[in-house]
Amino acid sequence: MSNGLKSKIFLEQAGYRQRRLRDALRFWPIFGCILLVIPLLWASEPADHALDTNALIYIFGVWVLLIAVTAIMARRLRVDDAPDPDFKP
Amino acid sequence: MLGVNTVIAISLCYVAILFMVAFLAERRATRGNATWLHSPLIYTLSLSIYCTAWTFYGAVGYAARSGLEFVTIYLGPTLMMIGWWWILRKLVRIGRAQRITSIADLVSSRFGKSTSLGVIVTVISVVAATPYIALQLQSVTLSFAVFAQSDGQLWQDADLNATAMWVAVGLFVFTVIFGTRNLDANERHHGIVMAIAVEAVVKLIALLAVGVFVVWGVAGGPAEMMTRIDNSDVVLWDQNGGRWVSLLFLSGAALLCLPRMFQVLVVENADERHLAIASWAFPTYLLLMSLFVVPIAVVGLDLLPAGSNPDLFVLTVPLQEGKQGLAMLSFLGGFSSATSMVMVATIALATMVSNHIVVPMWLSMRPSQQAVMSGDIRHVILLARRLSIAGVLFLGLVYYRVSGGGTALAAIGLVSFSGAVQILPAMLGGVFWRGASRLGAAAGLLTGLAFWLWTLFLPSFGAESLIGQTVMEQGPYGLSWLRPQAMFGIVGLDPLVHGLLWSMLLNAGMFILVSLVTFPTPLERLQGAQFVNVFEHSAAAPAWTTAAAGAEDLLIMAQRIMGSEQAQAIFEREAARQGKNGFLPEVTPNFVELLERELAGSVGAATAHAMVGQLIGGSGVSVEDLIAVADEAAQILEYSNRLEAKSSEQEQTARALRDANDKLTALSIQKDAFLSQISHELRTPMTSIRSFSDILRDGDIPLSDQKRYSGIIHDEAIRLTGLLDDLLDLSVLENGQVMLHVNTGNLGVLIERAIGAASGLEDTLEIVCAPELAQMTVTTDLDRLVQVFINLIANARKYCDAEHQRLKISVLVREGTYLIDFVDNGSGIAIENQQLIFEKFSRVADGSKAGGAGLGLAICREIMRRLGGDITYLPGQYGTAFRVTLPK
Repeated sequence: MSNGLKSKIFLEQAGYRQRRLRDALRFWPIFGCILLVIPLLWASEPADHALDTNALIYIFGVWVLLIAVTAIMARRLRVDDAPDPDFKP
Repeated sequence: MLGVNTVIAISLCYVAILFMVAFLAERRATRGNATWLHSPLIYTLSLSIYCTAWTFYGAVGYAARSGLEFVTIYLGPTLMMIGWWWILRKLVRIGRAQRITSIADLVSSRFGKSTSLGVIVTVISVVAATPYIALQLQSVTLSFAVFAQSDGQLWQDADLNATAMWVAVGLFVFTVIFGTRNLDANERHHGIVMAIAVEAVVKLIALLAVGVFVVWGVAGGPAEMMTRIDNSDVVLWDQNGGRWVSLLFLSGAALLCLPRMFQVLVVENADERHLAIASWAFPTYLLLMSLFVVPIAVVGLDLLPAGSNPDLFVLTVPLQEGKQGLAMLSFLGGFSSATSMVMVATIALATMVSNHIVVPMWLSMRPSQQAVMSGDIRHVILLARRLSIAGVLFLGLVYYRVSGGGTALAAIGLVSFSGAVQILPAMLGGVFWRGASRLGAAAGLLTGLAFWLWTLFLPSFGAESLIGQTVMEQGPYGLSWLRPQAMFGIVGLDPLVHGLLWSMLLNAGMFILVSLVTFPTPLERLQGAQFVNVFEHSAAAPAWTTAAAGAEDLLIMAQRIMGSEQAQAIFEREAARQGKNGFLPEVTPNFVELLERELAGSVGAATAHAMVGQLIGGSGVSVEDLIAVADEAAQILEYSNRLEAKSSEQEQTARALRDANDKLTALSIQKDAFLSQISHELRTPMTSIRSFSDILRDGDIPLSDQKRYSGIIHDEAIRLTGLLDDLLDLSVLENGQVMLHVNTGNLGVLIERAIGAASGLEDTLEIVCAPELAQMTVTTDLDRLVQVFINLIANARKYCDAEHQRLKISVLVREGTYLIDFVDNGSGIAIENQQLIFEKFSRVADGSKAGGAGLGLAICREIMRRLGGDITYLPGQYGTAFRVTLPK
């Protein structure tokens, strides 16, 4: 009896996690956009080479971060044909 | 030194290898063991056609000219891919559900399968792709020229043009062989996809190899490389915010809108789960492709003489350093980038041109019925595709010749991108907004196209070629607010940002405005609902209400498009589903819908709709259907109905449970009552038997009394036995264990038998039988039936309280059943007891008069039910009346 109850609670939690993961998937590109336009706010003087390398490292760093987090989310996500459980018409 | 001829020989070998790869993949696929061709890895690699020769060569030039701005071309798609849950997933799902063949098909299908929208999108795509294809030809030609130069020859324009032409011819042959094999665009082009995957790996390895050579071989390590970058003249970060954001948007949108990207992302997608993997794997590919761009640019600027073309650093840096092999690898990388892009782009464009322009024209040139019934459509379509491939390549060549091949690669690429993204508002609006209408989409697309042509495309040919210098500076006819790079008098914007801003703004604005004020046709609304709610609506509503066409006509048409085997398979499957044999199913609206969708997979939604329409002749979807299936209200209603159905279902279950519980309780009470009844019934005779046998045992009784007492004991014992027999009989009947011996007999004879068996010694009962009885025969268990009759006659004898007892037996035939009535002239049974008399141990009259235990009628009812009939009390007959019903 207690076993059945436990597994039910566990399933509920798993479903909840999946839904939040989908939310994360939705938020992540918006976050990415913001991260990628931040360098525009940096004060820039022409031919400032220190800024150059900083920008290079920053952009590629953000890039790697975006990919890594997406990869982690993609691994955890269950893609199936079932409709979005959050959907309420 | 690598001569031009060696380079040509090596590239021919490379093409031969690709040919083999494509051929083998195609053969494996036809043999059916092609599961690995559907892997996420192949899918991701096929996406790499985004990285064209522009990327391969041009990115370095771009970086040398504008610093880090080049990464936007990769960051846009990266953002689009990591946001796949928003848009791409929906596009892929729609593509699969609607059997979309191209981006033009998507837009046309969404807006009521409109042919004209298909044409508009096709035209935009072809025009926008033309500079891009020219760019690929140009880059391959230039890279040949580099080797020629290193060989000591200086190529003239004629050499370049000839090379471009031969490259185009080669690409045409390869694409026609592997790209127009099957008609169904939804069937994957395995050969092409495999060749692209190989090329994707080659170009990645080539660029990485050059990068590694530059960083470790030339600069001497990452740290030294960073110092070199710091000290170089390249200004990496001097970004104009408008350009940065515009390019991020442009490249992200281009990932969706470029026909070739749509082809590999959506049309050739085999499994939605591949998107999840590609969402990080493809950005990784892009990251690797751009990792060494800045180092190559910086080192190139350092090493090569001033004035060398930075677009070719990937090739010229290894050559300068004397690394022939590396240069050759790099050449193959660039060659791969160009060829894979051109192949997929021409296939995608050819599908669009043939489905949306050539076939509709061909159909409209013929009389309506004849068009779909005669003539080999398959050959027409395939020929149209091949000619379209040739046409698209030819346009690319023309652009290359006209533009002179001198412009920087990146600039042309961006012009091409901004043309393709004019489709974005119509596409996204169609997928996310149900209010988007066909006229709105057309207005937006045409506005966007016009502004793009004027502000970006025409100026891209160079100042004096198509638009004169005066027009550029003062506007056409002196209308200064129409200057191509300063529309509406706004000056000072970057030309690309300017053109993109105005074209997209007015495109989206017109799209929304016209959509808001127009009213969509029923089919548009139907399609709109299916597109926007693709995740909720799995079942499509049929767009056909009447299905007047014969199945045979439809089969003939389907065979002409899909080929007989596939068409017959579809028809046979449907016939089997309907429970029919053969190939011709019932032509239901649902089947017509299914067939249309299958055809759409070959010729596009608009053409398929038109062809089916010509055969069906009936109207498509009507407003009433629409209200039923697609209206918002209907949907909400449907949902709440579903909820209601569910809750009423639960209510029913609860009620059934409650009923069952009540029944169980009642049964338990009945069982108790039955037990007490039966003990009472058994106890009464037992008591008298016991007391009389006690008296007999004590002796001292006169013989006459002895006889009387033992007579009483005997009678009571008989009564007990009878009671037990009845009980046994009843339990056998109730458990359904009774064996029926079915025979045919005459009703009159049976009644006579019953009367004979039931008559006593002093017979006071007069029995009147209807004469019809003698003419009727029944087929049932005759002995059991007689048992019922006996019981009824005996009851009449026992309970009839009239002075002169009379029983009337009559018969009626109604709807295949006999109704046999037993009516006596007694006082009848009170209404409240009429139901009770069939219960066990129920006795209405006082026990002294009746001999039985009250089981007779209960047994009768059980018997009659076993025989498929019934026995009921018949009220209103001026006496006790029973009706026996018996199936004929």
